[in-house]
Amino acid sequence: MSAPAARHEAAESAPALARRSRRGLDPTLLLIAPAALCVLGLFVYPFVYGLALSFQPYGDNEANGPLGSYLAFFGDPRERLSIWNTLRLAVPATFIDVAVALPLAYRLRRPVPGQRALGALFVIPMTLGTVLIAEGMLQFFGPAGWVNKSLLAVGLVHEPVRFLHNYLGTLISLLISDFPAVFLLLLGYAAGIDPALDKAARVLGASWWQRTRRVTLPMMAPGIAVAAALSFVATFSVFPSAVLVGNPAGETRVIAFAAWQAAYERFDYSEGSAIAIVMGVIELGLVAAALSLRAGGYRRMRTEGAR
Amino acid sequence: MTVVARRAPSSRDLGGTLYVFAAGLVVVVVVGGILFSVLLSAFATSWFGGWFPDGYTDRWFRAAITDFDIPQILLSTAFITLAVAAVAVVIGVPAAYVLARRRFRGKAVVQILLLLPLLLPPITYGIPLATMLYEFRLAGSAAGVIIANLVPALPLVVLLLTPFFEQIDPNLERAARVLGASPRRVFTRVLVPLAAPGVLAAALTVVVRTLALFELTFLTSGPDSTTLVVALYYAAFAPGIRPSQQIDAMAVVYMATSLVLLLAALRFVNPTNMVVRVRR
Repeated sequence: MSAPAARHEAAESAPALARRSRRGLDPTLLLIAPAALCVLGLFVYPFVYGLALSFQPYGDNEANGPLGSYLAFFGDPRERLSIWNTLRLAVPATFIDVAVALPLAYRLRRPVPGQRALGALFVIPMTLGTVLIAEGMLQFFGPAGWVNKSLLAVGLVHEPVRFLHNYLGTLISLLISDFPAVFLLLLGYAAGIDPALDKAARVLGASWWQRTRRVTLPMMAPGIAVAAALSFVATFSVFPSAVLVGNPAGETRVIAFAAWQAAYERFDYSEGSAIAIVMGVIELGLVAAALSLRAGGYRRMRTEGAR
Repeated sequence: MTVVARRAPSSRDLGGTLYVFAAGLVVVVVVGGILFSVLLSAFATSWFGGWFPDGYTDRWFRAAITDFDIPQILLSTAFITLAVAAVAVVIGVPAAYVLARRRFRGKAVVQILLLLPLLLPPITYGIPLATMLYEFRLAGSAAGVIIANLVPALPLVVLLLTPFFEQIDPNLERAARVLGASPRRVFTRVLVPLAAPGVLAAALTVVVRTLALFELTFLTSGPDSTTLVVALYYAAFAPGIRPSQQIDAMAVVYMATSLVLLLAALRFVNPTNMVVRVRR
């Protein structure tokens, strides 16, 4: 009964842990093995596999040595341009979504009429998914859609605005589908800020602007950084909407599309993997930066006794 | 009777409230407009000049059902999403239990590894993963699609359930053991009933997310293993081949499926759990 008895222990003290490790492996830990193996086999290994594959150029690129696939991507102006095409979508989308969601999340810390319904409303686009949003935009934002009809009826424009199959269409769809995640992240952070701080500043005579600049924004800074980084990572990988409501042959030929095209249209898995690795490196760098910022933010908040 | 004195809201407060409602209105107009125009268009005989369709019909649905083989797509969607949820729960629940109750060397590494597939966009790891699955001749089949969708689903289950197990009092397990219950009996009679609501919520979240997740299924599916969202993408990707109303009919089928699942899920799941909150 000794091994099973050890099984259902609560989080243990350090000495207990040391005693355990001397006695050998805790059998309960085996329960995590399938999950760990799954992540290693299906997430880590494919990355390693893709990395190895990206250094084994295929076809014409083979002549350029092991870096052939990377050289093909960075050497071709059209391919290289996909990074810029992606950045000019991801950066504005992130910036606008954070700017819109920040005051919203901050205000929703305190109750407003219909709090629950409003919260659910802002999260809805996430459950619809990018494909449905993009497909629906084809009608709504189309030349004969309600948006253009309204603009014409009001007299703001004299001919239908081209919202679709260009940069604007992709940006709109990104703004819609990326907003819920940004909002929820910021809401989580805003909820963690003690309202007493704002009250204290008010009692001490700080104006609204002073409170915002000196109390709220510094407290929200780590949250803003994390939300912005994750939003950028998500929008940087834009794929279906860049095809459906963008112009994938031109201005919205994004990096994810370039990777897909290399792997699944030209069957150059090496270059496809190379482009995916380039994407992954950029994104992982940002995620790492965001996570370390978050850790730093927590430390600061704790030492300042904010909670 | 007590009278509660209320502080009059300041003008800034009012401004904030107005901002919240204005933003809500924009969401209602844009998202509502998108969904409603899809819905109307799917039932429209034709819709050219006017504010509303010229007439209504259900023939696009009948055409979509045969042309896109919607019954087959619904079947494979149900099979794939349920299988992903089942496998993710079976593998993820023990892992979440261990993470909630044990400290061990390398725990931080395991936690980071479990977080990464949720933070990285699926298309990034999807391309190498799909390439690997093609190499193993798994891509193009339902098995390949299920395996690919497990990559974000499993971490999601673990992440949702770890705090859930943490809040189950370990004294309950201890008490059962002191009273002579075998470990298996503790598991089936104490842990399973206590964890059931959380496990159900996690499984439903996985089903909803897998249904909406496009990239991984897109990269790994074959003709018999697509899900609704990928079928919708292919339909919308080739405009001009089919009338737009028929594509909209497909979108309505997808919307209705999502709605049913979402309503089911909302009975058990807090909507804010649909994404991972990095801050815990």
